[in-house]
Amino acid sequence: MKVQILGMGCAKCNDLAANAKAAIEQSGADAEIVKIDALPEIMKFGVMSTPALAIDGEVKASGKVLSVAQITTMLEGA
Amino acid sequence: MADDAIRGYGTQGGPGEVPESRQLLVRLSVLAAALTAWVLLYRVLSPIACALVCAPLGPKDASHFVSALWFFAYEMPKVLMLLALVVFGVGVIRTFFTPERTRRLLAGRRETAGNVLAAMLGVVTPFCSCSAVPLFIGFVEAGVPLGVTLSFLIAAPMVNEVALVLLFGLVGWQVALIYAGAGLLLAVVAGWVIGRLHMERHVEDWVYEIRMAEQEDASRSLTWSQRIDEGVVALREIVGRVWIWVVIGIAVGAGIHGYVPEDAMASIMGAEAWWTVPAAVLVGVPMYSNAAGIVPVVEALLGKGAALGSVLAFMMSVIALSLPEAIILRKVLKPRLIGLFLTIVAAGIVGVGFLFNAIM
Repeated sequence: MKVQILGMGCAKCNDLAANAKAAIEQSGADAEIVKIDALPEIMKFGVMSTPALAIDGEVKASGKVLSVAQITTMLEGA
Repeated sequence: MADDAIRGYGTQGGPGEVPESRQLLVRLSVLAAALTAWVLLYRVLSPIACALVCAPLGPKDASHFVSALWFFAYEMPKVLMLLALVVFGVGVIRTFFTPERTRRLLAGRRETAGNVLAAMLGVVTPFCSCSAVPLFIGFVEAGVPLGVTLSFLIAAPMVNEVALVLLFGLVGWQVALIYAGAGLLLAVVAGWVIGRLHMERHVEDWVYEIRMAEQEDASRSLTWSQRIDEGVVALREIVGRVWIWVVIGIAVGAGIHGYVPEDAMASIMGAEAWWTVPAAVLVGVPMYSNAAGIVPVVEALLGKGAALGSVLAFMMSVIALSLPEAIILRKVLKPRLIGLFLTIVAAGIVGVGFLFNAIM
């Protein structure tokens, strides 16, 4: 599955990406991280506050840096 | 969709997860204990400062150094505690507002009423300046008038809770209230004026061409446990980011407090010299600081005789007119609109400065 990190390069977006990476490693899920930083792409998701996290095209949370635990739970549920 | 995500965080997930009522009870108990400790500690801050400083070194006005040290020993924990309390509270309040909900509340509103609502929502909606562009696009797309959107974008960074807490803690509730009121008024009027000028043509064309998907509004489906958790997250994140600046700022303020004579600023930033207001605004433009850093400076300036209007103008200029923000806005606004935006906001700030120099 694709874990998509939407954001335009601010520190929070990098934090989210790092947490997502850690969550993937911890849960052992078969997932890859895709960073989406082009504005038109981000708009297609309908996201108004970055950073946001989507899994396979579905936005799971926006506007916050999710913790590793939170992302892990999402990965398991997806 | 959003529900899965919501259920996913803050709980163990899966069968056997702890019921919400139990989780809430635990959190409320911890909260009650924390608040009690907070109140008890707050009341003894002054005696503690005295014990730390006065006992070994003498009364607080014994010398410049003691004066400065006492100021630091008293104000630092006090401000940090106030900050923690307010940031947590506002963090919880913010869970009731999302950009999606705000957008829905503002879409299609008429000007004036829309400007007022937008400015107030700007204060309570969680907003990071890095999302200024997506948010702007989202609002415009949904039919929020340009002037109303700009009222939101002016109020959001300026009337922020960190600034208000610091002003309240270091200067006084009156100034905090004035700052908040002036900021909101400025946001409403500036947004309204720009709206009246019908500058829609000066928004980059591609903004109107973008098709944006509809995003669910997560604010209603959160449980109270999750809201409290979000408050804690906000607390860790904001205080974690800002505390060093507060400490540095208070140290600087302490130094000025102890060493700079009274009325030193009266000649430079006093009310008589009318040119100090525009000068203060100009000086503030290239400076960018978060509220935490600038308030202790404000406190020191005021304490040494600077006029309230000039200082308010300076503070607003530093926070609201920032180069990073202009750069971000450049993506969605054409140069003329950016120029107009900055000019109107600057003019408004100068107006605020003159007004308060005159009446205070």
